[in-house]
Amino acid sequence: MADASIIPAGIVGALDLLSPFAPGWGANLLRGLVRSLQIAFGAFGMGLIIGTFGAYAKLYGGPIARDLAAIYTTMVRAIPELVMIILLYYAGTDLINRILEGMGYQRVDISGLVAGIVVLGFVQGAYATEVLRGAIKAIPQGEIEAARAYGMSPVLMMRRITLPAMLPHALPGLANLWLISTKDTALLAVVGFSELTLETRQAAGTTKAYMTFYLAAGALYLLITLFSSVILEWVEKRARRGMPSVKEAR
Amino acid sequence: MSETQIEVPVETFPIHKEKDPSAQTSKLPPHRIVLILIGLALVASAALFMRWDWLPQYGGLILQGLWRTIWILVVTVVLGFLLAVPLGLAQASGPAFLAIPARAFCTVIRGTPLLVQLWLLYYGLGSLFPQYPWIRGSELWPYLRQAWPYAVLALTLSYAGYEGEVMRGAFAGVPKGQLESARAFGMPRFTIFRRIWLPQAIHRALPTLAGEAVLQLKSTPLVATITVVDLYSVASRVRQDTFLTYEPLLLLAAGYLVITGIIVMLFRRVERLIPSKLG
Repeated sequence: MADASIIPAGIVGALDLLSPFAPGWGANLLRGLVRSLQIAFGAFGMGLIIGTFGAYAKLYGGPIARDLAAIYTTMVRAIPELVMIILLYYAGTDLINRILEGMGYQRVDISGLVAGIVVLGFVQGAYATEVLRGAIKAIPQGEIEAARAYGMSPVLMMRRITLPAMLPHALPGLANLWLISTKDTALLAVVGFSELTLETRQAAGTTKAYMTFYLAAGALYLLITLFSSVILEWVEKRARRGMPSVKEAR
Repeated sequence: MSETQIEVPVETFPIHKEKDPSAQTSKLPPHRIVLILIGLALVASAALFMRWDWLPQYGGLILQGLWRTIWILVVTVVLGFLLAVPLGLAQASGPAFLAIPARAFCTVIRGTPLLVQLWLLYYGLGSLFPQYPWIRGSELWPYLRQAWPYAVLALTLSYAGYEGEVMRGAFAGVPKGQLESARAFGMPRFTIFRRIWLPQAIHRALPTLAGEAVLQLKSTPLVATITVVDLYSVASRVRQDTFLTYEPLLLLAAGYLVITGIIVMLFRRVERLIPSKLG
């Protein structure tokens, strides 16, 4: 252990503030981190589901489904995430409650976690639609035609051919979306959901040690990003095994 | 670390023209007319049945907020791009003592949420400055007490971080033969950079630049959280004053849609100015 006397007093104070035990605020930050990760996972998963439907609607849907998907992706990509979050978070819960009251049910209190996941998932879905659409188009179309010639049902074809074959093409874009998703959770601080950023703000506001806490939060976010990019790189390498490397293809 | 793959910028709106000729043959099929009619009906019912009587009262404030948003957007995109060029150049061909800090800067900026960066600068730096008497005595102090310099700084650094990565790819993507022939012509290094390297890199980066500008527009409402009065913060104020849930937000969303449309159109026009040949 380092002798406490040779460490500058400021750093000792900062470490005391960040300690995970009672007088320190570390436990709060970690709790916020866990909530952020929960929302990021949920939103990313929901985005994938919406994105798959959106991509199929854009590629194989009828003219109306195609136009509706185009309107959805254009709107979400043009309106700031913060505005979408406020719009869906406040107006969405208000709308649901009005509908419930109109139908004669009790008002429900929608938990921040669920609302956050739904709102961010809706935003992620638009980007995922574009990523997956591009990835499906990158599959050699003969494979899909062959599957169709074998008489596979659309669901079977999706499970056996389309999804596995598009994965290597989709992974860079999806990795990107995951990183965006982890960072977008910070926006929920504005609507009062206590994830990492809001916990940090509260800790900083109470102790007046703004620099310490924001730097600590930044370091936590950076750790998530670096850690996930290592994993994503490994996943991508595995999904691309047996394929020519991107560098050679150029 | 140089190989860790980190978020690549998304091309939000493709600014290249649709190359699929089938998309242009029939512009208005019947279903689209119906969709447009439904859209018009929605807009009309919103105009008729929702409350818009607050508009005249807040008109001046809305215009002020709009101006502030556009001003912040333009200033940070221009400054950020100017910062991104050296960042990209350092990473693409600089010596290690420049490339590593540039790379670290881009990684940190792109690995942390903009909201945290903004609050770190505003609350963190903002709380440090008053402790030093020489800062409080300096001529910059009246500016450092306001919120907008921090907003501009945070958004500029963020844009530079994302764009620095784009410019790295763009600089590295210019064919080596171009630079070698420029050198064979006896051009000085700066002339090579100015005449050959930079223009071609910008041309390569242009579609991504358009997408990044839209993303930057979508980041501007964050400055409302540090008390800068932009379009978003005007809408929140209207909501607080009038207790209306939907109307200000819908108007706000429409406003951002229009600004996005203008950005995409401007970049399309710039793209058209550059002669290019598809291989």
